Amino acid sequence: MTPVILSTQDLTAQFGAISAVDFVSLEFRQQQLHAIIGPNGAGKTTFINLLSGELMPTTGTIHYLGKDISQLSADKISRLGIGRSFQKTNIFPTFSCLQNCLLGAQSRLPHSMHFFQRASRLTDVTERAQRSLALCGLSDRENSIAAMMSYGEQRQLEIGMMLATEPQLLLLDEPLAGMGTIEAQRVIELIQALKQDHTIILIEHDMQAVFVVADRLTVMVNGKVIATGTVAEIRANKMVQEAFFADEVIGDD
Amino acid sequence: MEFSRPVRWLLLLAVLLLAVFPFVGADYYTELVVRIMIFGIFAMSLDLLIGFTGLVSFGHAAFFGLAGYVLAIVTPESSGVSLFWSLPLSILASGLAAAIIGWFSVRTTGIYFIMITLAFAQMVFYYFQEAVQWGGSDGMFLFFRPTVTIGNTVILDLEQNRTFYYFVLGSLVASLLLVKRLLGSPFGRVIMGIKANESRTRAIGYATFYYKWVSFIIAGMLAGLAGYLEVTHTGTISPGYLAWHESGIVIMVVVLGGLGTLYGPVIGAFVFVVLQDTLQDYTSHWLLIMGILVILIALFLPKGVTGLLDQILYRQGIQNTNNEDHGHQDHRT
Amino acid sequence: MDLTVFLVQVLNGVQYGFLLFLVSSGLTLVFGIMGIINLAHGAFYMFGAYIVFWLNGVLGNFFMAILLGVPIMIVLSLVIERFAISYLYQRDHLCQLLLTYGLILILNEAQLLIWGSDFYSVPVPEILSGRIALTENQDYPIYRLFISVVGLLLAGGMYLVIQKTRLGMIVRAGASNREMVEVLGININLVFSIVFSVGAALAAFSGMIAAPVSSVFPGMGNGILIVSFVVVVIGGIGSIKGAFIGAMLIGLATTFGQVLLPNLASMVVYALMAGILVWRPQGLYGRTTSS
Repeated sequence: MTPVILSTQDLTAQFGAISAVDFVSLEFRQQQLHAIIGPNGAGKTTFINLLSGELMPTTGTIHYLGKDISQLSADKISRLGIGRSFQKTNIFPTFSCLQNCLLGAQSRLPHSMHFFQRASRLTDVTERAQRSLALCGLSDRENSIAAMMSYGEQRQLEIGMMLATEPQLLLLDEPLAGMGTIEAQRVIELIQALKQDHTIILIEHDMQAVFVVADRLTVMVNGKVIATGTVAEIRANKMVQEAFFADEVIGDD
Repeated sequence: MEFSRPVRWLLLLAVLLLAVFPFVGADYYTELVVRIMIFGIFAMSLDLLIGFTGLVSFGHAAFFGLAGYVLAIVTPESSGVSLFWSLPLSILASGLAAAIIGWFSVRTTGIYFIMITLAFAQMVFYYFQEAVQWGGSDGMFLFFRPTVTIGNTVILDLEQNRTFYYFVLGSLVASLLLVKRLLGSPFGRVIMGIKANESRTRAIGYATFYYKWVSFIIAGMLAGLAGYLEVTHTGTISPGYLAWHESGIVIMVVVLGGLGTLYGPVIGAFVFVVLQDTLQDYTSHWLLIMGILVILIALFLPKGVTGLLDQILYRQGIQNTNNEDHGHQDHRT
Repeated sequence: MDLTVFLVQVLNGVQYGFLLFLVSSGLTLVFGIMGIINLAHGAFYMFGAYIVFWLNGVLGNFFMAILLGVPIMIVLSLVIERFAISYLYQRDHLCQLLLTYGLILILNEAQLLIWGSDFYSVPVPEILSGRIALTENQDYPIYRLFISVVGLLLAGGMYLVIQKTRLGMIVRAGASNREMVEVLGININLVFSIVFSVGAALAAFSGMIAAPVSSVFPGMGNGILIVSFVVVVIGGIGSIKGAFIGAMLIGLATTFGQVLLPNLASMVVYALMAGILVWRPQGLYGRTTSS
């Protein structure tokens, strides 16, 4: 097995009396695609928000490559090489596609407090932005304004913008949500391509897609991990079937 | 941020017209144009905040007035002081105040930010209102304009109204080019990202607080330049220059001209000053008409004069007006 | 500072605090429930003072003047809500700022057109004009105590309305979750009209009872508006409880600031705000919002 890239120890997020994430201890290994599944309200997105620094844990720790990152803010975590996409499309709507990726690529400069340098002359930033735009399949849409594009293209763009930050670890929060079959297929292919040289933590409701792309699976219910294992192990797990698959696979949104 | 080709030509034409104006216009109107240009710099500095960083500051007059006070304070009654140190000093004072006020306010957003910038600006206002050594509510006079001399050679005699006119025109053009350059820099990219979607900007690795803070400081310094020029021009400064009505008027001018365009606020300043000048001749209650105008702008002209011109020139009316609520960027699905 | 001076300052601070609370509670409700930043709120305070000055002159009775003046202000506020504020519900803060700023200009000029730029005073009503002995050698004006008592009664009344009535439930729900109110099928426009006019009435009433202790002058609403902003920021947007605590803090800080730091008195308030913001950026009882 490959070495551990990210691990959580008793990670907890409490909102009042409710624990959205309840003492979760998990390990994620390099070069694997680890999917987290579970019914709505299981705490999957909250878990991702904790990992990416959008949310501070109530208790527990997160270690990334051996370093405790549980108290770091979102921008610092991004700079360590953890990129994320959001469940609800989160891009720069007034920017063109290229500008979205340029901002992503430029974030890898040590800092952007350059006031009189021309941003357009940062050739490596521009190249990286164009490369990531090509990766997410939007090369021909460089100058389209993001808000004017189709929903599927916006989701692709978000992944492109994230790739421009050159992350090692990708946190993908329901990248297929709301997509048509053809669009979804394109994104699944993209994820499979990204799998070659990235570690990915994926939240997804589309079980067919998850079974195809995932190396490992974790099932969360009510903020707790109820099982972790390979796809085959999880499919065979009685407890998981009762708690989750029984009604969720069919009645999924 | 790049100006389109017709805009570039129009701007060049405008600068040329401004350059020959003192030779053709009456003195009274030349004075008026000086006022417009100074107000234009002030409004442009606020556009950097509202139009490009997405920070609706309601206390911008504080930085304008503060620099003016610094000039008045350092100028003795018997002679002018050198511009070479008094200008940087005044601008730095505004920058320092913006750094302190910004450090507290920039960490908040929305209504909080509006109220906090307003409250801090009032604090500066009350400070000068109660500072008897600096004239209290009456303010101060500036008896001599700053001097620009090297050794014994007078480089520019700002007491000459025409020389001063060109100095202000030069400052306006320099400010425009400077801010435009700033917006084309890596820094400019980040602040525009913050305006478009701050949480996303943070999530891709920018410590947005510092970028907003620096933007706030730069805008404060540019407002300081305008305040310095204003006091040089009028020869007086009083707490009224820092009052919240000034902050309100400059917001109106920015919106009237067109947010996020840089040159729009200068057009806004033009419209406002000319309107004020005309209305004041008719009635002492000109603010009543101004109030109605402000409401009409808020309701019907959120993209300002430049937005209106854009619509007429390019006939993209439908797409643009659908987008006019800058606050709600809906993700079209 | 000996004990009697201290006591007098506490009473003054509390009295000012209650006036601030009446103004800022309306402001915070309008922010919290309607999502509107209303710069013209201070103008209601000013108009309240002018109307009581006018009616007191006509009727010769301060209490009758208030009784008649409050409904006038409610009608005025409903007209403003209908013809200006209601256009703002879907707009951004910048637009709200501009429109309500325009309203201030209009209301200020209207005041000048009606009453001119002179300063006026309103006499303290006969029945409350005496002084009461605090200690052997210190007395205190009854009218100021009256302001505090009225403020306390209104604050208590608001507490009961908000905790015990259906409208209060909507207000509580709305302050935390506007969508929920809409889902409940409640006529949101009606709620907004009520909230706005109640807020305006509170501000106007506050200007009315303040008139005998401060003079009545153009632009008198501006000062209290900005201090009320500070109160709302300190207390947390939308929180009545926060507005109450904030108003008392500011009231006491102002009066004690004037005694202890006379040169910096008006800055004490803002220093207090800055301190609290560093500690709690969302205010004492504010909810953390994502943007």
